[in-house]
Amino acid sequence: MSTAALSTRGLDKSFGSLVVAKNIELDLPRGARYALIGPNGAGKTTLINLITGMLRPDQGRIFLEADEVTALRPEERVKRGLVRTFQINTLFPHLSALEAVTLAVCERRGYAGTWWQKLPAYPDAIEEAYAILLSLRLGASCYRPTRELAYGQQRLLEIALALATNPKVLLLDEPAAGVPQGESAELFSVIADLSQDIAVLFIEHDMHVVFRFARRIIVMVGGRILVEGTPAEIAADARVREVYLGGAHHG
Amino acid sequence: MTSSAAAEPQRYLEAQIRWRPLEIAFWLATLLPFVLTPNYLLLASQIAITALFALSLDLILGYAGIVSLGHAAYFGFGSYTAGLIAKWGWGEPLTGLIIAAAAAGLLGYLTSFIIARFRHLALIMITLGLGLLLAEAANSASWLTGGADGLQGVRMWKLLGMFQFDLFGTTAYSYSLAVLFLLFLVARRVIHSPFGLALRGIRENAVRMPAIGAASPAHIRKVYTIAAVMAGVAGALLAQTTETVSLETLSFQRSADVLVILILGGAGRLYGGIVGAIIYMVARDQLSGINPQYWYFWIGTLLVAVVIFLPNGILGGLARLMPARRSPA
Amino acid sequence: MIASAFGVLFDGFAYGMLLFLLSVGLSVTLGMMNFVNLAHCSFAMLGGYVAVSVTNDLGWPFLVSLPVAFVAAAVASVAFERLLYRRLYRATDLDQCLLTIGIVFISVAVAAYVYGTIQQPLNVPSYLRGTVSVMGQSVGVYRLFLIGVSLLVTLLLVATLEYTRFGAQVRAAVDNQRMARGLGINVDRVFAITFALGSGLAGLGGALAVEIVGLDHAFAFTYLVYVLIVVAVGGLGSIAGSFVAATLLGISDMAGKYYFPELGAFLIYFVMVTLLMWRPLGLFGRR
Repeated sequence: MSTAALSTRGLDKSFGSLVVAKNIELDLPRGARYALIGPNGAGKTTLINLITGMLRPDQGRIFLEADEVTALRPEERVKRGLVRTFQINTLFPHLSALEAVTLAVCERRGYAGTWWQKLPAYPDAIEEAYAILLSLRLGASCYRPTRELAYGQQRLLEIALALATNPKVLLLDEPAAGVPQGESAELFSVIADLSQDIAVLFIEHDMHVVFRFARRIIVMVGGRILVEGTPAEIAADARVREVYLGGAHHG
Repeated sequence: MTSSAAAEPQRYLEAQIRWRPLEIAFWLATLLPFVLTPNYLLLASQIAITALFALSLDLILGYAGIVSLGHAAYFGFGSYTAGLIAKWGWGEPLTGLIIAAAAAGLLGYLTSFIIARFRHLALIMITLGLGLLLAEAANSASWLTGGADGLQGVRMWKLLGMFQFDLFGTTAYSYSLAVLFLLFLVARRVIHSPFGLALRGIRENAVRMPAIGAASPAHIRKVYTIAAVMAGVAGALLAQTTETVSLETLSFQRSADVLVILILGGAGRLYGGIVGAIIYMVARDQLSGINPQYWYFWIGTLLVAVVIFLPNGILGGLARLMPARRSPA
Repeated sequence: MIASAFGVLFDGFAYGMLLFLLSVGLSVTLGMMNFVNLAHCSFAMLGGYVAVSVTNDLGWPFLVSLPVAFVAAAVASVAFERLLYRRLYRATDLDQCLLTIGIVFISVAVAAYVYGTIQQPLNVPSYLRGTVSVMGQSVGVYRLFLIGVSLLVTLLLVATLEYTRFGAQVRAAVDNQRMARGLGINVDRVFAITFALGSGLAGLGGALAVEIVGLDHAFAFTYLVYVLIVVAVGGLGSIAGSFVAATLLGISDMAGKYYFPELGAFLIYFVMVTLLMWRPLGLFGRR
């Protein structure tokens, strides 16, 4: 049994009396396509913040394959392949998409510290960035500043930035947030086409998308994991229906 | 991936950083004062020095987004170092310049560890505080700095063994201009390097940087040190070309002035500091007969006007008039 | 030795109270709207000059000039807020700094033009002069008065904040602006009123400062640094923070000048930098 790409043990976090994470135990195998669902306020984004190091847990441990990363700073976890995207576009408004992705590639390749060589002296990094943009159908508009891109394209750029870091584990926080339903299917097909080497966990509210693209679903409520299973198991689970599926869902 | 498809982004990035004809014309024009206004070469030298200082601030403010109210610390430190070396008997300009640059760089490097850890108001206050601390220290250590009277006895030897610094300013301007141009080339390269791209990333969205694996504090420390070296060189040039050093070089006044100059010209646009310096220094020279209070009235009004109507400075305003050009700002 | 220590403490505390009056408005408005108003001390300076003109030229009693200074500064701040500041609420820190520094430059030049560059004389009434004996120590009457006014103001501020509806709105807006709006609080109006009050207090501080530290055209600049130190060290949006930081700063400055005169202002700057490094959000800051 190979080690999981990402696992957490006993992750706890509280803000005073507000418990945002309680005893989170997670195992994400290589090539996973997991969905994390739950009502608003369940602690899903908080969990991503905890796993990536943006938030420090009160207790618990986080493992990337066999290595413990609990004490590492966020950028160090990214260098080891633990990467996330943001629910709200967190991009570089005045950089072009090409520059943004090239930056991420340069950081990964260790070029970002050289101040005495011009950027075009690294054609390998530029080519790689361009290839990523092409694969996400952003090739044509990659020369324009990010803030001029359409919203849907910006969401794709979020993913492009993450891919540029060569992730082993990819945590997508509502990748299709705000994207109209027609386009979100296309966005998710891009995610589905990602390499089988990458373990993907995505937070999503649209149940159609979840049931179509996820191979396993984790349900979170009130900071705790309620249940985990295949889509069929989750759909049949009475507790889940009561807590979440019965209510209105936001597309 | 066909090679032609991959070549396109490459060409786009190359085009971004190519020398524009206007730039070449500008640098050729900097030679004009020798011919057109030979009586103003000392002023021209001052402008070049101020431009270099503003350029150094642009690296940290315009490109990395660090608001510093104490950048004069490195200017003054370089100035006093160069002045003291000459006062103590070694008046050779070039080596003095290099030593002063190294000293300012060291100070920059040490303080960068503090700077890189903070943001927003705390950062502004700390840069202000550090600048004020150094100014106070220099004021108190009058046995070293000459205190309020300034440094006396700075005597420079001939530049390259041939050119004496004199009241006509020919040597001064040639020296300052050459150094400015050299360091401008360095700054230009820094901005167009992968490191420069990382700096802009920090400025554009500091939160995103760790999420793409960037260690921002290391980048900030690096650019801060480079900027300190450049500011130190500017200060040293001032000491050497005027053969005096005063407490004013470390003052909050100077830190505020260089900030105004950079904003006036436009931060994050490589030439903003130079343009701002030219306009500010020429205006101040022409209006120097006027009561200093009036000067501050007009500077204040200009600042308010720039912020409200020309938020990206003069170069930004000009850029809006020429939408076809896409500069990597 | 003890007598001088007490003297340093007392004078330092009085100076601190002055700094508190000058700074509290800035701390609260910075905490609420994140608007960097470096021209805050220009309003203080305005209050000072108004008090001087009112007592010297109009012959009004000093005690009357204090509320007049308060009102003058408050009204002026409303005008500025309406005409200029409003446009920059969502601008960058830097732009706000620059705009307000520009206003400081203008105010300093105008003050020099109208009043000249010399220190302004102010005729403080005789019952506020001299010294009085408190617990066997000799203390300045004016400083005692200053402390009294400041403590009264502090009580009023705290009472308003804790017990009035407006105070609750202010606390909500400082804590979480977005949520306050969501709750139906008219944050813009709350801010405008708070801003006017804060500037008014600065004006009051300016009027009170004339007798203690002197008033000249550069006041807006000179005291800006101290006010920024108080605000940064105390923490944005915190009255308690401003109070503690101002006291700390006032006493340190007095102690520094008395015990280590060669160090000059070195001590306060050093204290500030170290405190900020330990607590970048200020002693009572939360963000």
